[in-house]
Amino acid sequence: MLNKVYDWIDERLDITPLWRDLADHEVPEHVNPAHHFSAFVYCFGGLTFFVVVIQVLSGMFLTMYYVPDIVNAWESVYYLQNEVAFGQIVRGMHHWGASIVIVMMFLHTLRVFFQGAYKKPRELNWIVGVLIFMVMLALGLTGYLLPWDMKALFATKVTLDIAQSTPLIGDMLKTLIAGDQHIIGAETLTRFFAIHVFFLPAALLLLIGLHFIMIRKQGISGPL
Amino acid sequence: MSKEKQSGKEKQDISRRQFLSYSIMGVGGFMAAATVMPMLRMAIDPVLKAEASGDFIATNVKVDEITTEPQRVDFNFEQKDGWYESTVTQTAWVYKDENGEIVALSPICKHLGCTVSWNSSDNYPDKFYCPCHKGVYDKDGTNVPGTPPRGPLDRYQYQINDGVLYLSRRASEVGGE
Repeated sequence: MLNKVYDWIDERLDITPLWRDLADHEVPEHVNPAHHFSAFVYCFGGLTFFVVVIQVLSGMFLTMYYVPDIVNAWESVYYLQNEVAFGQIVRGMHHWGASIVIVMMFLHTLRVFFQGAYKKPRELNWIVGVLIFMVMLALGLTGYLLPWDMKALFATKVTLDIAQSTPLIGDMLKTLIAGDQHIIGAETLTRFFAIHVFFLPAALLLLIGLHFIMIRKQGISGPL
Repeated sequence: MSKEKQSGKEKQDISRRQFLSYSIMGVGGFMAAATVMPMLRMAIDPVLKAEASGDFIATNVKVDEITTEPQRVDFNFEQKDGWYESTVTQTAWVYKDENGEIVALSPICKHLGCTVSWNSSDNYPDKFYCPCHKGVYDKDGTNVPGTPPRGPLDRYQYQINDGVLYLSRRASEVGGE
């Protein structure tokens, strides 16, 4: 049945080469943990991506209940956490995943660094990787404010103070991020929400796309 | 050769193809700018918006009641945060210095933004003390070297109307702005 569906589509759109480019390629022996157990270090990049997928999915479902409004934000989080079936699980996935993704990404960075895999011809991919790192940190930072509890508020206060201490443009930068010169409030929350949910994920998907295209073009770096 | 000859032939400087591609680039650029510009202007609006007028807020303190000992003064004002309006309470530590000048200090610690208070620690009598990381300030708000704060406490501006103390909504940095 499934084969028939596949053939039907393939006959019209010739998707087999596409599929082959995307997924049907050999894993070199030196990166396959089944051959050398130490090759598990090559898994961290893929694990990072796996957790990113979980983050995107769980985040999408969280926005079914969450409202980025200073009056209702905390209540909506409380509701989805305590009243909605499996809400605690989904929020838990997003909460713990946010930390795990940073850990995995860091381990991946360490592997690339200590294996020298960033060297020619892979410099551009290292640069894109660093940009991904920054986007991820920004995602963590903006997501932290959204529950709108005391911890979120004061963490953001500190963040904005740090931004404000930038020479020359500090005050402007703070106002741009917070949406107000003095207040961390309604406009800050909507800004952080928009950045967390639309801007940064879009940037992330673009960068991850580039990251993967470059890996397919250049192949995985050879054994040490 | 040639300069005259070419101009004589009325040589076209630009080919039809070039002209078209420039036109398309121009129109495309204009359309892109017209799309993106409103969005960017909207995003940076808070930076460009003129600050709400710095009017002064009446406190419940009469000027004669102010002594040389810092006292805590709370005052309220209506704050507009975008579409959200609320009553905000600000706190100042107010006293008269040796010249009789009124000083109104912000209680926000210049280290990490905790709240300082006057004479609240037995170890630091007659100082402003921050319980979070043991920041200490002298009576005039100057930070004591060797403690965490990196600058003196902010000061409110004040006015006196009918013997009542009015304070600015926000404290501003000493020596700054």
